[in-house]
Amino acid sequence: MIAALKDRAALLRARIIETSHRTGTPHLASCLSCVDILTALYFEVLRLDPARPDLPGRDRFLLSKGHAAPALFQVLAMRGFYPESRLDTYGEDGGVFGEHPPAGGQVPGIEAATGSLGHGLPIGLGMALAARLAGRDNRVFVVLGDGECNEGSVWEAAMMAAAQRMDNLTIIVDYNKWQATGRSDEVLALAPLADKWRAFGWSAVEIDGHDMAAVVDALKRPPEAGRPTAIVAHTIKGRGVSFMEDDNNWHYRIPGKDEVLAARRELGVAP
Amino acid sequence: MRNVFAEEITRLGAIDQRLVLLSGDIGNRLFDRFKDGCPGRFLNCGIAEANMMGVAAGMALEGLRPVVYTIAPFTTTRCLEQIRVDACYNHAPVIIVGTGAGLSYAELGPTHHSCEDIAILRTLPGMTVFCPCDPVELRLGLKAALDHDGPVYIRLGKKGEPTLHARAPSLRLGEAITLRDGGEVCLIATGTLMAEVLRAADLLAEAGVKARVESFHTVKPLDEARLAELFAGCQVVAAIEEHSRIGGLGGAIAEWLAARPAPPRARLLSCAVDDVFPHQVGSQDWARRLFGLTAETIAGKVRDALAAAR
Repeated sequence: MIAALKDRAALLRARIIETSHRTGTPHLASCLSCVDILTALYFEVLRLDPARPDLPGRDRFLLSKGHAAPALFQVLAMRGFYPESRLDTYGEDGGVFGEHPPAGGQVPGIEAATGSLGHGLPIGLGMALAARLAGRDNRVFVVLGDGECNEGSVWEAAMMAAAQRMDNLTIIVDYNKWQATGRSDEVLALAPLADKWRAFGWSAVEIDGHDMAAVVDALKRPPEAGRPTAIVAHTIKGRGVSFMEDDNNWHYRIPGKDEVLAARRELGVAP
Repeated sequence: MRNVFAEEITRLGAIDQRLVLLSGDIGNRLFDRFKDGCPGRFLNCGIAEANMMGVAAGMALEGLRPVVYTIAPFTTTRCLEQIRVDACYNHAPVIIVGTGAGLSYAELGPTHHSCEDIAILRTLPGMTVFCPCDPVELRLGLKAALDHDGPVYIRLGKKGEPTLHARAPSLRLGEAITLRDGGEVCLIATGTLMAEVLRAADLLAEAGVKARVESFHTVKPLDEARLAELFAGCQVVAAIEEHSRIGGLGGAIAEWLAARPAPPRARLLSCAVDDVFPHQVGSQDWARRLFGLTAETIAGKVRDALAAAR
């Protein structure tokens, strides 16, 4: 199971890199740091039926770091929410696949538009509260960036989720140690991040966000009763391609043809 | 108006299981009956309005009808981006209630005034802006907002506003209500300043000018059909509001006029709040006087405009 997930993650990385090259879509490194998390969620953890994306009992997922949408679009296609061929329209004028998850049911599987940071967790909290009111047992998962944790609204939501004892809410922080223009621990004092979540009343664990077995294990672990869960996933920006790893230039850089080929070779994905 | 809101939301909450009330740590005791009647559906979201608006949007996307309640500036400009993205862009039917419209809280100083909210919220695609003039319009509008498939901003006064509608009119969002028939002059008002506007109409009548009075409870969408009728039939149309002259009801009407192919018969007169933060505090009546929003001043301006038009 873990080996199959790793193969999927490698293929997703190759597709994301190729799409960035073909369409000029940025935030490549931010996508690559959360690919393993998204793969584990969509292929092993989330309760969902891609043929019925509106099923009331489905688990909700929100990509609060909306700029990693290029990764999400690929995952949703691979999971069967829409044909992979639909991604051929990526980046076209008038299309729906751009740089952020769109609103309004345009892309099946996307619960809400994100892109402005600090919005996904409050929305996810609202969805978790709605599930509790309706007596449904579905869970809500939200992926946040570490840079995103600069936003005050994240911590407003953190306090309310703890006060409301929302054990149906789980966040995963893609802690890749960078934000757009600097180290995330230096721009604002983020560390110790897991302790911050604990101090805010959450049950927090730290994992290697690229160790697929650890990611699956953390996501599948039953939540602590009466507490929301924070999984602080230590990741590497640009993970999977040696010349992109931990190099923040790839926040905005677009790979050339040769770089796409080199990346594919490293990922072990045939062109 | 605040107490009527609490009463009506309690009544509606008992009927409509989708209704959830979110408060930004205000209204202590005001919602006790709602809490009793609708267990689990009242949430004190704390002094954290950005989160509260996002939570409301998440609930609305799940089919609930969240009603977000706090003081007007904090439920609008404080969390504007959450309103814009989470509610409007996502088409999440959140009902945003701001109490203390305009200069209601004049004694609290400009931090608690709300004279820009109509202007700012009406620029958001998909947003409805509703400013009831009295408790009757509030009750009807609240029900209409619950039935509306999209976000609605409801701009409340404070407490003790008089009832102005003798009988409950039929109210539809986006359709003005005629309070008085008249001739060459029409007073268009939105919100709780209406009591003063009706008094201005009385003063005009004493001076021999029969003024029509219209309640434009909905500033967005604007009742364009009614405006076309008024601007073709009158000589002076006065837009009167407890809101900045910039972008409020008068501004919305001016925008509508500017997009018309031919000049209207009537001239537009704006009676509104000036573009300043008052550095003195006082009662709401005092603040209204400061900006010329009294029956006497409004009537005087209308008479001057009518004389100039003739």
